[in-house]
Amino acid sequence: MIRLGYNTYISVGLFAGLSWLLVSHRPLVESSTEKPLKLLSDYGLFIGDLTDMVPAENVLPYELNTPLFSDYAHKARFIYLPEGTQMAWDPIEVFDMPQGAIIVKHFYYKADERDPDSENRFIETRILKNTSKGWKAWGYWWNDEQTDAAYKALGGKTDVTWTDVKGKIREVHYESPNQFQCKSCHSYNGKIKPIGPAARQLHGGKVDYVGNWVETGVLTGSPADHSTWPVMDWKAEGVTVEVAARAYLDANCGYCHRHEGPASTSGLFLHNKYPTGPETGVLKSPVAAGKGSGGRKYDILPGKPEKSILYYRMKSNDAAVRMPEVGRSIAHEEGLALIKQWIEELE
Amino acid sequence: MINSSPILRCAFTLLLSCVVAVLAKAQNEYQQAWQLALLGMEDGDTLHLPEGTYTLTESLLVDGYDDVVVTGAGMDKTILQFEGQKAGSEGFKVSNCNRFTMKDFTILNTAGDAIKTQMCDQINFLNLETSWTGKPKSTNGSYGLYPVQCTNVLIDGCKARGASDAGIYVGQSNKVIVRNCTAIENVAGIEIENTTNAMVYDNLAENNTGGILVFDLPGLIKKRGGHIEVFRNEVRSNNLKNFAPKGNIVAQVPPGTGVMVLATSDVAIHRNTIVENRTTSIAVVSYYITELPIQDDAYEPIPHEITIDGNKIERKHQWPTFKNKIGKLLAFKFGRKVPPIIYDGITEETLAGKDLDFSKNAVLLMGKQADFAVLDAARKFKDILINPPAFIYTGLDSPIYDSFGL
Repeated sequence: MIRLGYNTYISVGLFAGLSWLLVSHRPLVESSTEKPLKLLSDYGLFIGDLTDMVPAENVLPYELNTPLFSDYAHKARFIYLPEGTQMAWDPIEVFDMPQGAIIVKHFYYKADERDPDSENRFIETRILKNTSKGWKAWGYWWNDEQTDAAYKALGGKTDVTWTDVKGKIREVHYESPNQFQCKSCHSYNGKIKPIGPAARQLHGGKVDYVGNWVETGVLTGSPADHSTWPVMDWKAEGVTVEVAARAYLDANCGYCHRHEGPASTSGLFLHNKYPTGPETGVLKSPVAAGKGSGGRKYDILPGKPEKSILYYRMKSNDAAVRMPEVGRSIAHEEGLALIKQWIEELE
Repeated sequence: MINSSPILRCAFTLLLSCVVAVLAKAQNEYQQAWQLALLGMEDGDTLHLPEGTYTLTESLLVDGYDDVVVTGAGMDKTILQFEGQKAGSEGFKVSNCNRFTMKDFTILNTAGDAIKTQMCDQINFLNLETSWTGKPKSTNGSYGLYPVQCTNVLIDGCKARGASDAGIYVGQSNKVIVRNCTAIENVAGIEIENTTNAMVYDNLAENNTGGILVFDLPGLIKKRGGHIEVFRNEVRSNNLKNFAPKGNIVAQVPPGTGVMVLATSDVAIHRNTIVENRTTSIAVVSYYITELPIQDDAYEPIPHEITIDGNKIERKHQWPTFKNKIGKLLAFKFGRKVPPIIYDGITEETLAGKDLDFSKNAVLLMGKQADFAVLDAARKFKDILINPPAFIYTGLDSPIYDSFGL
């Protein structure tokens, strides 16, 4: 019979405690599930309260230079890379991610935009996971207690109220996408694909994510000097209207309006890789816009935003007219003002 | 007995309202239940939409399946009503599915397109109806049945009404059959656009603005349509006013159009019955007629190789439409005796101010089926030709079409 001494108990206890600490702070996703986990917390992507958004090990926070507008929701973005894996750099497309990688994005509103300490209300969290069968998109809907979010294939709906930067009370009927709707935006040649973390979105801003990630070894293949790459920051100091507008259209329309996206049917291409001209809508007649044309003849009539279908559809909140089709129910005033100015100045 | 007791009557009313309430609730749940079912399907599954009328408020989406069937209990039995739609603009939106079949149901009053399918192979639309009820109006959705970027498309036995663009619209697709369908009171009844290898036959297109349209538009990834046969259709009284929102190409189609080919080459129009279309029975025109800019070097705006054969064409002497520039022009040139078959005569030569080169005829009539005019639109209608022999084959034999035997 083996007798366990006092020290042994302490050792076992310590070991168990340490293991628990380690395990609880390491993402649990390495079990490499191909199906959505029930709760957001099940992924173990964050330490402590989920709403504190403290990333666990191998979870990298990032921001985009020009984000996609989603009814004024704030977004917090993270990439999880399985231990020892890297992303591969690409000059145009989203960085190539290893199998098991997860992109996680919280959507939340601040009660009062004028107060940085004002309370956050988390609405939904979206997960993109690179599984053995390619990328999968899963939506998580937050509980009222704001302690966790649960997987919801159908998506959710709720009314949100907040005070904007000017002190105006704003309201929106927020709708998260159902699982198929994810693909309305996240679609590349018919397959699900991330759309945000690409080179032009991740350097030249407040934080040089590309540089940092190269340094920490999680991004490979990046050229050493990236000072000459385009920066797609629509709010950068001294940015020209042309660059800002194209950055905005790239982020808000270009994932779909490209040869590889669902809006390839339209012949209107707003990804940053297409030069401003007929392909981006200048003096281009619509193809299948229907009432989306609003009686206008061209996608963009230079000098005349009010006569341009592009501007009309960005301004409209009608479900059969508005662009983007999903992900927004109210117009983005700042984005509209920029596109208006851009079209006014086009020749 | 029930009549004699107010209490019982009251109870009965209460019971009835409960039943109605439960039904209404149940109806709402179909939105979620069906979308959930569509999300959770396995390849090879069938979703049954039982008999009944269901009010839906959001698009139903389907993506990425093989061998899936969505079936109702019959066109008149399973009715999906989208009046007042809140989210999404389509009724059904199907993408990236192979061997996908939809059959035996009706979709009413969607905000946008009724059924849109994109990037699908072997897609079947069988005995479906898509309609916008009430008077045709510009706020109706654009397309009823709308396969785009699909291959091996079969649209059979369907009915489309009230679309503010096209009732049946096949865009940027390859290998297509549209047959046994009825398209009424749309702007375009049936439209085949930037599509190759299509057969459109045994359909009825009645009281649309334009009955059957075959178009190629610039600026698209699929540059050219062609190898299309439109045959044995009944194209009747397509004299409805044009209610398409301006800016769309079909907004330029004159009311009173039977069959129109715009810029597409290699099209055979044969054995159709084309009657009582007041402006034109068959029109072959180039994209230049739209006077819209062309900023696409790979696009061919001038049609070639259009064969017109064995059609029964009738038209009373009547004024063409005055609500369209082509109509007005025809009225000005011909009065009420408009030649039923017209060709704009715009070619590389006439655009350069030269005469038509008859050796490069774009249009060939296999025997005179009705009066035919070449309009010389490129040179301000200077030299209009009526029944030019160079365009009319009068020999003994007739070509054999791919549809031979049908």
